[in-house]
Amino acid sequence: MTNKEYESYYVPSQSHWPIVGAIALFMIAFGAANYVTDLANETSGYGGYLLLAGIALVVYMLVGWFSDVISESLTGKYSHQMDNSFRQGMSWFIFSEVMFFAAFFGALLYLRVFSVPWLGGAGNNVSTGAVLWPDFVAQWPLLTTPDGTTTTAMGWYGLPLINTVLLLTSSITAHFAHSALIKNNRRLLKIWLGLTIILGLAFMFFQVQEYAHGYSEEMRLFLDSGVYGNTFYLLTGFHGMHVTLGCIMLIVMWFRVLKGHFTPENHFAFQAASWYWHFVDVVWVMLFVFVYIL
Amino acid sequence: MTTDTLDNASTADSHHDSFGDNHDHKMTGIKRWLYTTNHKDIGTLYLWFAFIMFLTGGALAMVIRAELFQPGLQLVEPDFFNQLTTVHGLVMVFGAIMPAFTGFANWMLPMMLGAPDMALPRMNNWSFWILPFAFAILLGSFFMESGAPNFGWTFYAPLSTTYSNGSTAFFVFAVHIMGISSIMGAINIVVTIMNMRAPGMTYMKMPLFVWTFFITAYLLIAVMPVLAGVVTMLLTDTYFGTSFFDAAGGGDPVMFQHIFWFFGHPEVYIMILPAFGIVSTTIPAFSRKRLFGYSSMVYATSSIALLSFIVWAHHMFTTGMPLFGELFFMYCTMLIAVPTGVKVFNWVATMWRGSLTFETPMLFSIAFVILFTIGGFSGLMLAMTPVDFQYHDTYFVVAHFHYVLVTGSLFSIYAGAYFWLPKWTGHMYNDTLSKWHFWCSLISVNLLFFPMHFLGLAGMPRRIPDYALQFADFNKWVSIGGFAFGLSQLIFLAVVIKCIRGGEKAPAKPWDGAIGLEWTVASPAPYHTFSTPPSQQDIDNADQHGH
Amino acid sequence: MGKHKLTWLVLVSLFANSAWAETQLNLTKGVTAVSRDVYDLHMLVLYICTTIGVLVFGAMFWSIAFHRKSKGAKPADFHESTKVEVLWTAIPIVILIAMAVPATQTLIAMEDNENSDVTIQITGSQWKWHYKYFDQDIEYYSVLSTPRKQYQNQQETNVVKGKNYLLEVDKPLVIPVNKKVRFLITSDDVIHSWWVPAFAVKQDANPGFINEAWTRVEEPGVYRGQCAELCGKDHGFMPIVVEVKSAEDYDTWLNEQQQRIAAAASAEQASLSASMSKEELMQLGETTYTAHCSACHQPTGLGLPPAFPALKGSPVATTGSIKDHLDIVFNGKAGTGMQAYGKQLSLKEIAAVVTYERNAWGNDTGDLVQSADVKAVSGEE
Ligand code: HEA
Ligand code: HEA
Ligand code: HEC
Ligand code: CUA
Ligand SMILES: [Cu+2]
Repeated sequence: MTNKEYESYYVPSQSHWPIVGAIALFMIAFGAANYVTDLANETSGYGGYLLLAGIALVVYMLVGWFSDVISESLTGKYSHQMDNSFRQGMSWFIFSEVMFFAAFFGALLYLRVFSVPWLGGAGNNVSTGAVLWPDFVAQWPLLTTPDGTTTTAMGWYGLPLINTVLLLTSSITAHFAHSALIKNNRRLLKIWLGLTIILGLAFMFFQVQEYAHGYSEEMRLFLDSGVYGNTFYLLTGFHGMHVTLGCIMLIVMWFRVLKGHFTPENHFAFQAASWYWHFVDVVWVMLFVFVYIL
Repeated sequence: MTTDTLDNASTADSHHDSFGDNHDHKMTGIKRWLYTTNHKDIGTLYLWFAFIMFLTGGALAMVIRAELFQPGLQLVEPDFFNQLTTVHGLVMVFGAIMPAFTGFANWMLPMMLGAPDMALPRMNNWSFWILPFAFAILLGSFFMESGAPNFGWTFYAPLSTTYSNGSTAFFVFAVHIMGISSIMGAINIVVTIMNMRAPGMTYMKMPLFVWTFFITAYLLIAVMPVLAGVVTMLLTDTYFGTSFFDAAGGGDPVMFQHIFWFFGHPEVYIMILPAFGIVSTTIPAFSRKRLFGYSSMVYATSSIALLSFIVWAHHMFTTGMPLFGELFFMYCTMLIAVPTGVKVFNWVATMWRGSLTFETPMLFSIAFVILFTIGGFSGLMLAMTPVDFQYHDTYFVVAHFHYVLVTGSLFSIYAGAYFWLPKWTGHMYNDTLSKWHFWCSLISVNLLFFPMHFLGLAGMPRRIPDYALQFADFNKWVSIGGFAFGLSQLIFLAVVIKCIRGGEKAPAKPWDGAIGLEWTVASPAPYHTFSTPPSQQDIDNADQHGH
Repeated sequence: MGKHKLTWLVLVSLFANSAWAETQLNLTKGVTAVSRDVYDLHMLVLYICTTIGVLVFGAMFWSIAFHRKSKGAKPADFHESTKVEVLWTAIPIVILIAMAVPATQTLIAMEDNENSDVTIQITGSQWKWHYKYFDQDIEYYSVLSTPRKQYQNQQETNVVKGKNYLLEVDKPLVIPVNKKVRFLITSDDVIHSWWVPAFAVKQDANPGFINEAWTRVEEPGVYRGQCAELCGKDHGFMPIVVEVKSAEDYDTWLNEQQQRIAAAASAEQASLSASMSKEELMQLGETTYTAHCSACHQPTGLGLPPAFPALKGSPVATTGSIKDHLDIVFNGKAGTGMQAYGKQLSLKEIAAVVTYERNAWGNDTGDLVQSADVKAVSGEE
């Protein structure tokens, strides 16, 4: 143990990126809060602009921060241990994302298993159904809410099925890209990675189509169409946001590959992006089962 | 051992003088604090921030106590009273206690692990600097037309959705960014502990302090995202017409409580597990005896953490859960007394046949053990579903959680602060003043919180600005205790400022019974410590397990 | 100084006098079988905890007293013992089981809502309780009756607070003694919680759901409680009073209520054709306003903006049409604190309060509103 060669751990010098990031988050939070409040009051204000400026600042910060990291990495400042820190950090970040989705899946299960049946008079809520909602029939998908809002359900075949296939395939291509990187086959790496990105973009395209379909007069499935619409849009919406983020990460990796970054031994960023992509994929499978099929 | 320590300290020191390798020189002035990646600087920032928030939250509590000094509405309108209660709770929980512990983590973890810094130093800075902004938004809502959040720190729907005032969006987004900060801070702690231990420091050789922060960080990563999720649903229910918490659309207001408490109960353990870590460090030091039952402490802490995920609905016994749920959550909650008891017994066993001295950190630690246990007992009473029907939402609950939070978490923070102040500042604190701080706090805090038990049992609900006449006497004493306790905290401020400014020079190891790698470096700790790892012998000496 | 002495007495009696402890410091024993079970459970846990506390703290103080360095104590070297660890894991488990068994029994008894004699629906709303007797056609609101000036110390000085300050209502809930009364508890707006300590009943009133609870009270009398869930501004001002009557008194009361309701209905009918003078309207309007509206819109009519709008100078109450004004009072506004008063007030009262609002605080529109106008609005909905 004691004889082991000691690798020094790189402690970066002072950096102004974090405080820029903090200010950016402040602008996003404060801007978004103002924006939402203005929407509700039907007033107009600067909230939206502040929000956009905050997002722009985050992007600027990320670019700056990561280019510092990349150049440190390329100049060989990072030890094996450093790489581990990044890996572990990324995996725990993904775990926190899992828990974020867990909150929404939890809500979905609670609504389906408890609250909707209770409103219909199940369990110890016989009086709830009999006295307060005598006309309400408990069912899932909840197409007629207790107060009488109606909507239609999104089937699992068609677009959702296509999207499932797309995303599952993209997970496989992402894996192939990674294998190619490890085998140092840059050409295959570019092909598989490019394919992954295309599949991801196609997924997003179809997702937008699906939303348009939901909001059409024919379906009338809106965000505020009772808990079915609520959970449908919030779950698929947050998933969509993560797909978008994942796509952006993959695209950045693509350009870094073009610039000749990454070696078979040293490619943390690529790995992180691919983990993230697999995570997004797993969430989709859960979604497909619990939101669409069941 | 002592000469060895000093030797080591001086090497670390000389290393510090000539530091070069990859660190830049530290900047001066404000930029040092804004741009810093140094765990000690960031720790200091966290600690000061937490203390300022404590004073802020305390000032709000003082207004609450002044209003409740006698029956009738004296100072504030009922709605403003609710804002005070809400923001007091939020600021104390998220602004004072949690950041204070993160401050401890930043200062101590790298030193205890023999690491050069936290694993992700830049992100560390980011985690901290988000906080002042988040609280600026939250506290700023006091100055908005609609006023600050007024629905309690638990923000139950639909009071916080359909019936909320206009500042709800500000509250929601403030919580979002604060959550981001906590998650990043927690990831940093986990990664530091997993990855930055000095070679030779196995998990079971880590100080118990490190263990408790390790487990706490996991809790944070697991539940802060759930909080983010629930405030998001709150936002859409309030502003975008969803009905997660509205029966008319198929939702359920009680679902809010389930999701909130799935976060909220682990959250209260997030505020106590680090406290366990601190007193598990101080009690052995001043008993001059190794910690009793190190491994069982590790297992007990883990059990508490695991159990904390399946007890949440003990906050919801009166919501009309099915009988089965009430029983399940009652049993699981009661079970937590077992591992917690193990901890208490271990502390007592550590003191048993030790060689005790009563420096201020020890005084606070002893008070912690006794008063926290009293809070734990009332917790156990609350856990009994049928009786909780009587206690719920009364001052009995308020008494319970202030015992575990103020005389628990806060007292442990004081114990830790006095314990490590010499290491942080290089000076001994003023002993007389610190004793004043302790005794004044001890007496006033009990005057403040103990009669709340009686108030609750006699039937005084919480979150009310005015009360029936039979509660008047106790409330007066509670308020007097409150003012006295508040003023006593200013003594602490004085002690800290004096200690930073000067005072008796502290040796590398001012407490003869203390063990731990942090005592092998000079006081004040050099800006960079352990750029080269400590020796195996130092690590073995620091092992609380004892061999 | 009298009060201070009393407090000392209370503090001293904490240690000396347990009779005191029962009335002032401790949980109420209550007047139902369940509440006594709960009380016993409470005492059981309290004694167990106190005992454990004495043992644990005793051991600690022993060390503090005798194992101190200043007395020359040398530290022992032990720091582990599987035996004691197992012991002090196992013993608490046994104690906990001993506590859990009676707790489970009591809980099961509490949740048994079957076979009730009387069923009452209790609905909380900001900030009053509504009681509706099933099969009796009796329903009414119950509102805090402590006069405002008793609690608004800022404005009034030297007002003596009554004996039941903040714990008194205009119309208490009335239930029969020794009968199993079932409560169906719900809410119109936010979550409230219906709590009467003497019955050991505390159930949240969740909007859109019904929670059940029951009680069987053994002694006639008046029992007081409070709303126990933060429900907004006047959460501290929505007490509960329950009058428990003997079987005969209860029947008499039921009869009175039915007569009162019948009388009110015919008065309602009569008011349609009657036309009230401005004086009468303003007078009734003011009392109604003070009782029902001033909590939010304030006696000054200035409201508490932005949550509760001012009525003084508000277009609705001045230049706007009477119809719109009546509409919001009669039908309320969903999703806000503004309730539908159509079902809470008589036509006459609504006419009066609207007249009052259109003429008070300098809103001198001169408009008069009569019951018939209100009826017209209600018909449209
Ligand atoms: C640091 C924070 C902290 C801690 C550590 C605890 C610890 C515990 N809490 Fe507490 N609790 C809060 C903070 C905390 N709580 C807060 C903030 C609230 C209110 C939230 C709100 O509504 O605003 C609350 C509310 C709360 C409730 C809901 C009350 C209500 O609203 O009706 C309940 C109910 O079960 C409860 C139970 C417990 C239990 C069983 C423990 C246990 O962990 C205690 C275990 C410890 C011991 C039991 C003592 C030591 C043990 C021994 C010496 C062994 C032998 C003992 C026996 C066998 C008896 N707590
Ligand atoms: C960790 C958390 C923490 C801490 C440290 C405290 C500290 C204190 N709290 Fe508490 N409190 C909560 C967490 C905490 N609290 C929570 C979570 C709630 C529930 C909120 C809710 O219902 O939603 C609550 C609710 C709560 C209530 C119930 C309100 C209600 O139900 O309406 C009360 C009432 O007395 C109270 C009082 C106090 C007092 C007097 C202190 C004192 O210990 C504070 C002492 C500190 C100071 C006073 C600051 C230092 C001094 C100065 C700034 C100088 C000025 C001093 C003077 C003028 C004397 N708190
Ligand atoms: C629980 C609080 C509360 C009580 C009690 C209350 N109101 Fe209101 N009132 C409101 C709120 C909130 C609004 C604003 C509704 C909205 O958003 O348009 C309102 C709006 C109004 C308005 C329309 C004012 C405007 O400018 O838009 C009138 C008129 C009114 N109330 C009359 C009454 C009368 C008459 C009573 C008593 C019989 C009463 N209110 C009792 C909360 C209350
Ligand atoms: Cu109704 Cu509190
Ligand atoms: Cu809890």
